Amino acid sequence: MMRLQLNGVSAVRGEKLVLQAVDTAFHGGRLAVVIGPNGAGKSTLLDVAAGLRKPASGRVTLDGADIAGLSLRQLAQRRAYLPQSPRVDWAISVERVVAIGLSPQLPAFGGLPGAWQPRIDLALERLDLLHLRNRPATRLSGGELARVMLARATVNDPDILIVDEPTAGLDPRHALDAGQRLRALAEAGCAVVMALHDLDLAARIADDVVAMKDGRIVAQGPAAEIFDEAILSEVYDVRARVRRDDDGISIRFLPS
Amino acid sequence: MNRWLIPGLLGLLLLLAAVSLLAGAVWFSPADTVAALRNPNGDLLQLVITEVRLPRMVLAILVGGILGLSGAVLQGLLRNPLAEPGLLGVSSGASLGAVIAIYYGFAAAFTLATPLFALLGALSTISVALLLSRTGGTLSLILAGVAVSTIAGAGVSLALNLAPNPFAAYEIMAWLMGSLNDRSWDHVLLAAPFILLGGLFLFLTAPALDALTLGERQAESLGVDLRRVRLLALFGTALGVGAATAVSGAIIFVGLVSPHLVRPLVRHQPGALLLPSALVGSIIVLAADIATRLLRFGPDLKLGVLISVVGAPFFLWLVLHMRKTAP
Repeated sequence: MMRLQLNGVSAVRGEKLVLQAVDTAFHGGRLAVVIGPNGAGKSTLLDVAAGLRKPASGRVTLDGADIAGLSLRQLAQRRAYLPQSPRVDWAISVERVVAIGLSPQLPAFGGLPGAWQPRIDLALERLDLLHLRNRPATRLSGGELARVMLARATVNDPDILIVDEPTAGLDPRHALDAGQRLRALAEAGCAVVMALHDLDLAARIADDVVAMKDGRIVAQGPAAEIFDEAILSEVYDVRARVRRDDDGISIRFLPS
Repeated sequence: MNRWLIPGLLGLLLLLAAVSLLAGAVWFSPADTVAALRNPNGDLLQLVITEVRLPRMVLAILVGGILGLSGAVLQGLLRNPLAEPGLLGVSSGASLGAVIAIYYGFAAAFTLATPLFALLGALSTISVALLLSRTGGTLSLILAGVAVSTIAGAGVSLALNLAPNPFAAYEIMAWLMGSLNDRSWDHVLLAAPFILLGGLFLFLTAPALDALTLGERQAESLGVDLRRVRLLALFGTALGVGAATAVSGAIIFVGLVSPHLVRPLVRHQPGALLLPSALVGSIIVLAADIATRLLRFGPDLKLGVLISVVGAPFFLWLVLHMRKTAP
């Protein structure tokens, strides 16, 4: 099974150490959620794991091979990445946006070979986008755009999907919907890694949780163990209460 | 993409190219023109065609093409519909180089001094801009370009201010207005290699521009080497537009308008925009050059001036129209 591992990874931004000797691993078929307060280093961790930022020290390995040895394009063929609040700058069609996700697989020049069309159709269908395929991507609602971006990221069946805050700005229904779609991807064998502020959603979909604070990993493990009052209070510096009932886990933060 | 777009634009360009050989203060018949091209016998008609109108037509196509191409690439790279080649300081640098050549009298000493100095000016501004922005991203590149361009502009103003005599000032002004008058094959030979090489660099950015529609982070995650794309766009513009400005003077607006004219026809895909935008740039400059020869108000109407006068209101209309139809 695919395995993305970070060993003793540190990263600096300007003068500041934003990741300090981080050790963690992400596995195919599992959905990992990275939690922590603002500025904890979640996005940096995702960037380093995605190979988009070089670690100052330490190694990131994919199935044992250092990803520093892979070209951007080779990496792009196996890993998909979605930044926070993605946007589309030109009024290209939804179908084209999804097709861009195939570009690491395509020759540098020439159009889209017809053989790839079924892949695009499948990705559109999986995310209920077939009726929007010719709509300019600049004229979508937030929920629709989030789905289009997911379709873009999954059209080439990546081994690893790294997503920064996929539910930012989405209403509860669309946030849940996005969460379930990511869950389904993990169940299909992909290693899904995401940063998430919505802890209730995280508790609902996560297999593993990595809790970060000040550039360090405070705790990591199966979701059920990490969603614990003591750990959450320490991570967020706020008193936390975790309730388990028939609907799952709900987390509340209380003023101290 | 509409499959008639490129053939249509090519057809229009060929038609204008033919007209540009026939049209002028003296009109030639197509039969005479063809005869002159096929049988160089050295009479006056043949000289006018092959030594005056033909190089002028080739230059118009090259200059317009590189301006349209560079505009499309820069708008795609910066994801900003207002980007244009002048933004990076290339045109101002070329202008300053040309002004120095005129001011110190090099231009009077040998004909190609002005374009040569202009080319050097363009290349030096872009090198300075590149050095200034080496550590930063695209935004610092734009800011460095604007800064360098302002400095070069100040140099041009200073030269105008301190011009030794009104004739030098007039000559500088005339050059700044942009024109293809009195250009020869020497100008073509000087500019063409740079324009073609620059054009090649610019075309190589096409696949990356499509991915850049989704922003720099996503493009990078899709395997786009942003540094390489930036360098290609920058050097392509510096070489191509620098050489174009060097032989034609400052022609603004073509780089800004050409991509806008064809963008809806290629469904807004920035990579597919490059070739049509280059063709439209050639068409605009060629048509405008023909118009400057046919419209006679006494003094020569300058190419750059005509393009601005006709282009600006049209661009305004385009912006208002786009606001209604696009997001």
